[in-house]
Amino acid sequence: MIRYIVRRLLQVIPVFLGTTLLVYFMVFALPGDPIAALFGDRQPPQSVIDALRAQYNLDQPFIVQYGIFLKNLFTLNLGVDFTQQPIAATLARIFPVTAMLAVEALAIQAIFGVAFGLVAGLRRGKLFDSTVLVASLVVIAVPTFVLGFVFQLVFGVYLGWAKPTVGAQAGWGDLLLPAVVLGLVSFAYVLRLTRASVTENMNADYVRTATAKGLSRPRVVLAHILRNSMIPVVTYLGANLGGLMGGAIVTEGIFNVPGVGNKLYQATLRGEGPTIVAIVSILVLVFVLANLLVDLLYAWLDPRIRYEA
Amino acid sequence: MSFEESPAASGPQIVDDVPAGGRPILDMRDVAITFTTGSGSLHAVRKADLTIMPGETVAIVGESGSGKSTTALAAIGLLPGNGRVSAGQILLDGEDVAHAPERRMIELRGNTIGMVPQDPMSNLNPVWRIGYQVRETLRANGRPDGPADVARVLAEAGLPDAQRRARQYPHEFSGGMRQRALIAIALSCSPKLLIADEPTSALDVTVQRRILDHLETMTSELGTSVLLITHDLGLAAERADKVVVMYRGRVVESGPSLELLRNPLHPYTQRLVAKAPSLASRRIQVAKEAGLESGELLTPSAEAVEKAAEKAEATTAEAIEAEEVPAAAVPEAPSDDVLVIEDLTKVFRLRTGLGRGTDFTAVDGVSFRVQRGTTTALVGESGSGKSTVAQMVLQLLAPTSGRIVFDGIDTAGLDRRQLFAFRRRVQPIFQDPYGSLDPMYNIYRTIEEPLRTHRIGDRATRELKVRELLDQVALPQSAMQRYPNELSGGQRQRVAVARALALDPEVIICDEAVSALDVLVQAQVLNLLAELQERLGLTYLFITHDLAVVRQIADHVCVMEKGRLVETGTTDRVFDSPEKDYTRALLDAIPGGKLLLPPEVL
Repeated sequence: MIRYIVRRLLQVIPVFLGTTLLVYFMVFALPGDPIAALFGDRQPPQSVIDALRAQYNLDQPFIVQYGIFLKNLFTLNLGVDFTQQPIAATLARIFPVTAMLAVEALAIQAIFGVAFGLVAGLRRGKLFDSTVLVASLVVIAVPTFVLGFVFQLVFGVYLGWAKPTVGAQAGWGDLLLPAVVLGLVSFAYVLRLTRASVTENMNADYVRTATAKGLSRPRVVLAHILRNSMIPVVTYLGANLGGLMGGAIVTEGIFNVPGVGNKLYQATLRGEGPTIVAIVSILVLVFVLANLLVDLLYAWLDPRIRYEA
Repeated sequence: MSFEESPAASGPQIVDDVPAGGRPILDMRDVAITFTTGSGSLHAVRKADLTIMPGETVAIVGESGSGKSTTALAAIGLLPGNGRVSAGQILLDGEDVAHAPERRMIELRGNTIGMVPQDPMSNLNPVWRIGYQVRETLRANGRPDGPADVARVLAEAGLPDAQRRARQYPHEFSGGMRQRALIAIALSCSPKLLIADEPTSALDVTVQRRILDHLETMTSELGTSVLLITHDLGLAAERADKVVVMYRGRVVESGPSLELLRNPLHPYTQRLVAKAPSLASRRIQVAKEAGLESGELLTPSAEAVEKAAEKAEATTAEAIEAEEVPAAAVPEAPSDDVLVIEDLTKVFRLRTGLGRGTDFTAVDGVSFRVQRGTTTALVGESGSGKSTVAQMVLQLLAPTSGRIVFDGIDTAGLDRRQLFAFRRRVQPIFQDPYGSLDPMYNIYRTIEEPLRTHRIGDRATRELKVRELLDQVALPQSAMQRYPNELSGGQRQRVAVARALALDPEVIICDEAVSALDVLVQAQVLNLLAELQERLGLTYLFITHDLAVVRQIADHVCVMEKGRLVETGTTDRVFDSPEKDYTRALLDAIPGGKLLLPPEVL
């Protein structure tokens, strides 16, 4: 098992190099000159432009730039962005916010998705099941930005249950409304996945045997139906964690959450290569670790799965 | 029916009409069970009557779909969601449970009524340790549930090293051990009635016997009544005091086991008794040549037995002569041996850890010959290597060493084109007719596929061939447009036979080809195979664990144990005077084998 984990962690290295190189290349290939864009309509003296280019190594060929980035990374020096802010400080500010948002969204998906899916699966074809199925279909069909604005308007502005926008000092409570919006689509998927899995497992032979042993209904449901139904759901949730960390651009934009999605969007607009690559590097790590976590959870949930080193 | 020999009633309260001898533990009166489906109501069981006295074992016998399992499930309140008891009473120890609330059923299950399910592979939850699954049973029924209690329960069911075993998961157990664990669970809270639903039909005969023996010992010690569900009349007769025969949802006959077996009254029971494969059965073809109709085949009159025996002796003599021809004298020549297996060995390397491994010899120096136009049976328990031999003969698996000579040609040297041609001449029929047919292919496409693969004929001639094949296996031509899930098990196996015959092969390898079928259907398919052999001169290599089937179909038997060939000979010789203990054990394990012998043979 330990060997397996070590091997998986070693696999991170080529994945990391590959993705960062790719992202670096794409940023490099972006049209427009980022330095010129910094000054807008004004035309700065050529000496200033040259100095800036030298500072950000923009005067070097692409592969040299990438090499410098890697060298700096290993010396834990992420440099500064175009506004002369240290990138490391920016990351330290935005990642906790997004992590909080992701954890809340994940909790909402997992708890409510599994609970609703379980009940729907056990009462297949009944009113609750049909209602939940239709509702989840609506949630999946409506785009996130529509949901976001509607929720912001209804719960934030009309009802006043939550702050319509989050702003600089984000707390757990402030992030609840965006987390609901962020988690809603995946909640619908988790619900449907759980329902399908429960429906399949509740007819399994071992469930009937568990009942025949004299176990109470709640015990049969929790220990034998739900536990076995969690395997595909956990896979989905794990894969989704990475997405929640990086892909909250729309939701973070609507609710003005000072997180990774927002920052990544702004950096991309400005062509700020160093910032983009720094953020993406961390996201790659998050994805890889989330996948490893899923695989380990998988082995824990299903003892038939054993990893060989 | 009345049963004077029943022991005294155990319960204090007496119900209205207690028979003189005591109160039955289970009394089903006029029970009807109805399933509500999308297209209306289905009456799965009608007017079923059944009485089990304390300590008694009663067997329900019937084919799949006869309602035998449904009847038993109703007693423990485990009918599927759309099923209900629509009439009658089910008195469990005097209490009507036909419409008891679920809460009451939960109280009763485990300590009043228990169940040993059919398939040990799917009835233990794969994600929990065995010990946990025992412990939750004990706890739910208010019994002491410490590690020592769990180990004791498992040990009583005959699991060695129970303490360690309790910490293992189901997938680390063999089928027999899983069934022991399930028996341990079912009996852990000493129920008064145990429902055993085909408890051993998924296991090897020898394992079957040990498990049934153990179950019998345990239930008689505990004084538990047993309701045994089985499709195997021999097993029922051997294990039960009373047999109830069900057919299409009705109880058609019931009575004390031996009486019912010797003197069946209902036509269905008579057919069942007649077709039950047993040691008494004779080789289908031999009997036919002796002028017997297939109907009277398996209940031979004394005269017919004599005739058949004479004939068998003759073939034995021929076979012995054939065997005496020294093999070295006719090497490689296109002899009568269409298949010659020489010193065949297969070693699998099992990984035990990083870079380490142990060699597992699945097949160890096996040699035998298959004569053209005859049937050779390869028998043994699971794990004996018989299927591995079949796979190597089919060229699906490469042998580690040894030779497979087909029609004078060593198959090891075949190139791709030759192998393709070889496949045309050697065809398989596999065990599971549910798994071996593609559910997305209709029957026409299934049977036509090999023809198309081998580019035989055009569209029109291929269709003609398919129709002809369907005729040969006695399926209506209208079956062509249907899909496997619309056919019964027997029909599917006929399709598999037709598919195997499509390329006019010379040799057919039947890997447990009839093991998954009901007795009567099995007899039909075996008859069909025998008929086809006669007509087309086919050679069969029959892989099976079922010696009763071997008796019906094979000329020669090769017995395998742990990868080695332990005994070979003509079927009659092996059955009448087995040389090895292992063969004898296999023969003894045929359930009810001796019971079904007609009195004059006993």
